Amino acid sequence: MSPLTLAHLNPGETATIVSIRAEEALHQRLQALGFRSGKQIELIRKASFSGPLQVRIGTTDILLRRNEAAKIKVCKS
Amino acid sequence: MKRIALLGMPNTGKSTLFNRMTGGAARVGNWPGITVELLSGKILLGSDIVELIDLPGIYDLHGFSDDEQVVRHFLHDNVPDLALVILNATQIERQMSLLLQLKQLNMNIVVLLNMADEAKKYGITIDSRKMAEMLDMPIFLVSGKYGTGYQDVLQAITKALRYPTPGMAEQLRSQLEEDEHIESEMARVLRHAVQVPAQLPENITEKLDRVMLHPWLGLPLFFGIMYLLFQGIFFLGQPLQGWVGEGLGWLRGTALDPAFAGLPGWLSGLLLDGIYNGVATVAAFIPIIILFFLFMAMVEDSGYLSRAAFLMDALMAKMGLDGRGFVMLLMGFGCNVPALMGTRVMRSRSLRLLTMLVIPFSLCSARLQVFVFITAALFSSGAAPIVLFTLYLFSFAAAIVTALLFRKNFQNTEPFVLELPPYRFPTLRQMLLRGWLEVKHFLRRATQFIIAGVVLVWLLTHLPPSAAPASAGTLAGMIGSMLHPIFAPIGINDQLTIALIFGFVAKEIVIGSLAVIYGLSGDALGTALGQQLDWVQAYSFMLFTLIYTPCLSAIATLRSESKDLRYTLLTILWSLGLAWFVSLVFYQGARALGY
Repeated sequence: MSPLTLAHLNPGETATIVSIRAEEALHQRLQALGFRSGKQIELIRKASFSGPLQVRIGTTDILLRRNEAAKIKVCKS
Repeated sequence: MKRIALLGMPNTGKSTLFNRMTGGAARVGNWPGITVELLSGKILLGSDIVELIDLPGIYDLHGFSDDEQVVRHFLHDNVPDLALVILNATQIERQMSLLLQLKQLNMNIVVLLNMADEAKKYGITIDSRKMAEMLDMPIFLVSGKYGTGYQDVLQAITKALRYPTPGMAEQLRSQLEEDEHIESEMARVLRHAVQVPAQLPENITEKLDRVMLHPWLGLPLFFGIMYLLFQGIFFLGQPLQGWVGEGLGWLRGTALDPAFAGLPGWLSGLLLDGIYNGVATVAAFIPIIILFFLFMAMVEDSGYLSRAAFLMDALMAKMGLDGRGFVMLLMGFGCNVPALMGTRVMRSRSLRLLTMLVIPFSLCSARLQVFVFITAALFSSGAAPIVLFTLYLFSFAAAIVTALLFRKNFQNTEPFVLELPPYRFPTLRQMLLRGWLEVKHFLRRATQFIIAGVVLVWLLTHLPPSAAPASAGTLAGMIGSMLHPIFAPIGINDQLTIALIFGFVAKEIVIGSLAVIYGLSGDALGTALGQQLDWVQAYSFMLFTLIYTPCLSAIATLRSESKDLRYTLLTILWSLGLAWFVSLVFYQGARALGY
């Protein structure tokens, strides 16, 4: 079974970031937006037609596409 | 003159603050080491005049985006005497990393914690005195929206500028890589000076988003809002446009015509029929442009643009574009020029270029005016709206085809990761200031181009002097017959060809130029066109008008926004080629079917 990623969460679910596997530019960008291992992340909603996700880390809301979210491993808390 | 650089992350209210501090008296300038233009303004501090430069918003001083490189190169080649760092107080726990990165460069720093009013609503308390003590730099809580806290800031800046810059550290890059140090220091300061409640209280943004971003309601609401926006712009703008046009016509009739009567015929013709009429045609569009920018500033500052991008991204991704590109396409239905300028919100250059390649196919209001006139002349009143609707479909189709064909050449490596700011309702002052800055920029660039364009068109239709104006014997007439082999296969005659050349300058001139060529105006012109053309020729002419280059202003904007002559040529050649091809297929196809 593949490990749980941010893309697997359902709206309203909260999880903890385990690791981020992304190329360097994306990694930097995610870090600057507050994505770090150990941080709590909440999935707020998903856009229809397989569109982007809205997530919340701390006080910041972020939009990201599902394939980017699939690079972020999480575990449910 | 001492230099102050304004630094901060996106969505911190940096530009609002910049506008407030400079009072809107900013200019665009070039700086050593970087290729983009930056806004700067001069302000009086104490007894000295200092220059304030608005740098692009960045997340990370050592990131890889275009903006982050611009900021690094700027700081490297134009060491400021002071860095004014703006942080969003509601997101202090993640924005402090940028501050600490800047601190390591050994710069003179004054820190502003903006949106103090919002932070208070969230229940976030910040002990700015304690934070200032720990970081060893002046820190102030301010609210850009309400303008509180500025006096202390100005005093602190004046004081800080008295001491010389400590100087930039030599090995900037290697210093910046000390991520771990930054992280631990951040945690230490945050632990001692900031308290964030574990669960954010439910606020207006969340309530609004539950409706605005609803899985089914979101998209219809979005289209409804866009529709109302365009209706609003044209409902308010068209009477204004009429008044400006009448006013300029009156000025010519009562003052300019008598004043220039003494000049030789060719000179007054050039000045009045050429330059004055051309500029007046464009000037009449200024009210619509101003309204457009006001509305755009409102949508952008309110945070709805990011939400529209969220809703449309899934569909746009299939075309190699992203959600924001769709919003710009819609704006293009009003006028392509502000839509092209609006792509500045995109950080990736290739994504921006692809979006700018697609925007000119949006059926703008100037082209609509041509189509309304021709459909009224050639089609029954029942068929006219359907004909117009098919032209809108062609407009979308041309944009989609272009994006699909070129997305390989403009692949963007940048992922779609976007911050979603809370809804903010901009004050009237903010909107007016933003709108005014954009309009000033637009006018300065447009006027140079339009004047050169109309002079050229006038000369083409009046030289050599022996030929009757706009007749076959003039340069324009010669060009018309020279281009005959190209335009005959798509059903466009010599007179219409000349009108298309005029349309290259601005689509607003097309109907006016037809009036000059046929020597008729209004309904009489419509009747003449109806007798000379059949509907297949007229539709082919409209297809060509829709798809080929929108106007000189759009080309000038493409050039100045892309800073790339080859790209600009590509957009011109591609749209001309596509226009010809589509018209050819339509015209020959319709003829083959016996129409």
